[in-house]
Amino acid sequence: MQVMYFAWVRERIGVPREEVETSAATVADLVAELRGREERYDVAFADVSALRVALDQELVDFDAPLAGVREVAFFPPMTGG
Amino acid sequence: MIRVQAMPFDPGGELNTFSASVAGAGAIVSFTGVVRDVAGSLSGMEIEHYPGMTEKALGAIRGEAMLRWDLADALVIHRIGQLEAHESIMMVVTASKHRKDAFEAAEFLMDYLKSRAPFWKKEITSDGSDWVASKAEDEDALSRW
Repeated sequence: MQVMYFAWVRERIGVPREEVETSAATVADLVAELRGREERYDVAFADVSALRVALDQELVDFDAPLAGVREVAFFPPMTGG
Repeated sequence: MIRVQAMPFDPGGELNTFSASVAGAGAIVSFTGVVRDVAGSLSGMEIEHYPGMTEKALGAIRGEAMLRWDLADALVIHRIGQLEAHESIMMVVTASKHRKDAFEAAEFLMDYLKSRAPFWKKEITSDGSDWVASKAEDEDALSRW
């Protein structure tokens, strides 16, 4: 699936998007998998309460299932307006 | 209508065009957000967004406002990319037969697009740049709707 990062999450991880092969069942499982990969992920995902996640462009909770999802996006709380 | 654009816009001109298109409305409320320079050191702002989700989220928020209040129309404009201090960031305009509907819907649109539309602001100052942190009060503001 396509994993996207925005704002400081993008800066910490170093890429705006990447293709990730995963069998993670939920967003939380995917986060755990990414954190185990490399330190930059571990740092970016250290505090998930400071992060938001969207699956196929809809905001969801971290326990949301990934089955059938094409696009996962991680980002800090939004600051529009 | 929803517009997400890198180009600057003229709030007065936008308001006049919108007002002319809802001639029977009677009550029009507009809000314009401007890049502020509190410390006097801001050289600009950069707004990142999530193309695709931004338009979807703004459309859903506007659609919800159109359902909940008696509105003739609602316009949302939001800038992305590089902005200079004192430029307009975004604008919300609502039109209704009733003042109360127009005011409330404009506030609802503002509250939701602050923390439910995927925009991230970065302030650029002479010392460097930093992401604007979200405020707990912005999240709390949603509970009144």
